[in-house]
Amino acid sequence: MSPSIIVVQLLSGLAKAMVLFLIASGLSLIFGVTRVVNFAHGSLYMLAAYLTYSLTAALPFGAASFYVSVLAAAVAVGLVGLVIEVGLLRRVYKAPELYQLLLTFALVLVISDVVKLAWGSENKTGPSAPGLAGSVPIAGQLFPTYDLALIVFGPLVALALWWLFYRTRWGVLIRAATQDREMVAALGVDQARLFTAVFALGSALAGLGGALQVPRQPLTIVMDTSIITEAFVVVVIGGMGSVPGALLAAVMIGVIEAFGVLVLPKATLVMTFAVMAIVLIVRPWGLLGRPESQGRGAGGAIASTSAVPVPRAAIVALLAALVALPPLLPTFHVWVLVEILAFALFAASLHLLMGTGGMVSFGHAASFGLGAYGAALLMKLAGVTMPVAFVAAPVVAAACALVIGFFCVRLSSIYFAMLTLAFAQIAYAIVHQWYDVTGGDNGLLGVWPARWLATPLRYYYLALVACVAGIALLGVIGRAPFGLVLRAARDHARRAEAVGVNVRRHQWLAFVIAGFFGGLAGATFVFLKGSAFPDYFSVPRSVEPLVMVLLGGVQAPAGAPLGAAIYKILDTVATKYTEYWQMVLGVILVTLVLAFPRGVIGVLRRG
Amino acid sequence: MLELRDVHAVYGRSHVLHGISLTARAGEVVSLLGRNGAGKSTTLKAIVGLVEVTRGTITLGERSLRGLPTHAISRAGIGWVPEDRRIFGDLTVRENLLVGEAGARRWSLDRLYALFPQLRALAGQPGGSLSGGEQQMLTIARTLMTSPRLLLLDEPSEGLAPVVVKALAENIATLKREGLTILLSEQNLAFARRLADRAYIIEKGEIKFEGPFATLDAQPEIRRAYLSVG
Repeated sequence: MSPSIIVVQLLSGLAKAMVLFLIASGLSLIFGVTRVVNFAHGSLYMLAAYLTYSLTAALPFGAASFYVSVLAAAVAVGLVGLVIEVGLLRRVYKAPELYQLLLTFALVLVISDVVKLAWGSENKTGPSAPGLAGSVPIAGQLFPTYDLALIVFGPLVALALWWLFYRTRWGVLIRAATQDREMVAALGVDQARLFTAVFALGSALAGLGGALQVPRQPLTIVMDTSIITEAFVVVVIGGMGSVPGALLAAVMIGVIEAFGVLVLPKATLVMTFAVMAIVLIVRPWGLLGRPESQGRGAGGAIASTSAVPVPRAAIVALLAALVALPPLLPTFHVWVLVEILAFALFAASLHLLMGTGGMVSFGHAASFGLGAYGAALLMKLAGVTMPVAFVAAPVVAAACALVIGFFCVRLSSIYFAMLTLAFAQIAYAIVHQWYDVTGGDNGLLGVWPARWLATPLRYYYLALVACVAGIALLGVIGRAPFGLVLRAARDHARRAEAVGVNVRRHQWLAFVIAGFFGGLAGATFVFLKGSAFPDYFSVPRSVEPLVMVLLGGVQAPAGAPLGAAIYKILDTVATKYTEYWQMVLGVILVTLVLAFPRGVIGVLRRG
Repeated sequence: MLELRDVHAVYGRSHVLHGISLTARAGEVVSLLGRNGAGKSTTLKAIVGLVEVTRGTITLGERSLRGLPTHAISRAGIGWVPEDRRIFGDLTVRENLLVGEAGARRWSLDRLYALFPQLRALAGQPGGSLSGGEQQMLTIARTLMTSPRLLLLDEPSEGLAPVVVKALAENIATLKREGLTILLSEQNLAFARRLADRAYIIEKGEIKFEGPFATLDAQPEIRRAYLSVG
């Protein structure tokens, strides 16, 4: 590698880092003060980019139009953030924290379709920045002037934020609230106003990042999901709630990515997440973060009421219907039922972790994908028969969960969630980039059930037996002494330790069990579809079971399958009737969260 | 000035206060005595709206406080100094004080530094680096910045060395002389006696005794039953 390449790569890494810093600092700020994990942050970034694109064309200020548009887009997106906080999030601050996450996920769906509706799905090439459009020679290579400008601008924003946080009373309040919100309120500060302002500021920073990105890369309707994962990585490495940490981590990730392309072009995706995993394992609170104060873990946030069992008669009736009805249904509906069964098991396996164990995973898709790819690869590479692959796939997933869980259960609450996300992303990256074995984004095709199982009804009954047995076993595990210990550890890990429970070992085992059944769900799904794709490991696939569990009600094991059924039916119906099904689904989710902030089953039980 | 009447409160699903009634008149220092877990802290938290009050009334002067958000209770004139101090460790001493700056501004940084001279020298230090005694001074000073009419002090002497406790008692006595009304929760009877005009004793979420210290001294069995030895 010549020195000139090194210099240029370093600079281009730094330019990318500045955009990353803008979006990540906003995300970190919002989390630090309001404890909301804002999945919609990437959507705000995307919205600002498209706004900049259109405003630049529409405004009559000549060369200045672009710069005016950047500011206007950032302000507009800040206002959108304000409306989101006041109109939606504020209504659910009293509900368990995860319901806010559910709301922001619904917003991701809605904003994604709004952008598609307003701007169409073709990629758009943004305007270049007037005056900064050319290149300058650096170390004998041409380097974009705009990127140089970004490298100057990023630290200026960092400086402005520093001034705000360290030189104004408002900044003092924000830093105080990041540490202890309750105490800030007890000193007479109105939290509601503080939260609104912080959410608006954080959103505006995302907007600024999105707007400034416009001259660098084409606009796509998937730029929200790609940036949000990167932003999470930066926030987690830097430390949740730490803006200086976001800057440090953004530079790290930007530079690592820039050089990764040169050194290991095939492993770029893996590298970022591997760095995140290593940082979390070595420094669980991130580089500049600090430990959560006691008793505010994600687990505590979903403290459950005692489970009242669902009436036996209802279960028997449901099972009887599931056995008797399918022969009368059209094939399409049978397929939908299989999908619901697979996701019901998938959600139930996550429920063991997050409901019973208080361990909220953002990466449960790893088990699903490992089950699916495990089955597919066992058939394709090892040549085993389908029934063997079906049975062995969950074992593959469990074996991987054994390794992943070893690291993850060392952390708790949001850091546990983020480490699981990192591992799921590593798995995603491997599957995506290891063409020779996994087929990359072409996926693995022709993964069909054995001949004697290959009719819709026969496969349905196999899925029914596998998934119902899985859900039932998970229920038994949750109620067994093992499940009670998990709950004790969830409600108070230290006290559980004090009475002699090895909390970590129990949580580790729960992780493996959840991995096993998540794998079984993946195997069920892969033989339904006949193919496996990298998106089985993707973040949205991890969020889906989370949404299902929350939708059904985290406090009861029966909530997970119920939520899965509701979600999948909504999904199927919406997809059938409109191209903009994400928006419909998102709006329904928002309505459900506002109407049932404790999940559907909580309401059923009370009613 | 402050009046609690038949206050019941819950923590999650456990009922922790069972009909607390107490009053603090303007300019008075009233002590709330009791063992660990008797309900002292919970009573104070109920006043500032940090635990759920299910029954009863809480009034400051003419104004009902029950159900108000915590920041509004603070602005109404209640200054709560929590037991565990809850200093903002990353903020400097001066910044800790600025968080409370609002309202009538009867207290300024200069007046507070005059009352707690150590804090002036520490103004630029992070709050987290202070000793226990210094943190206790800071947490009281921080609450005073909100210009409260009534101060709720939750076990200020806990865990402090005797010489520090003595200095603290002098500070609190100064506040009393300035006419501040104080509700002082304590386990340390000697400390409370030095400052308070009268005492309540709380046990298992109920008031078991009410009266001046002389009456308490005349009934040693009450002291034995509800207070720790010493």
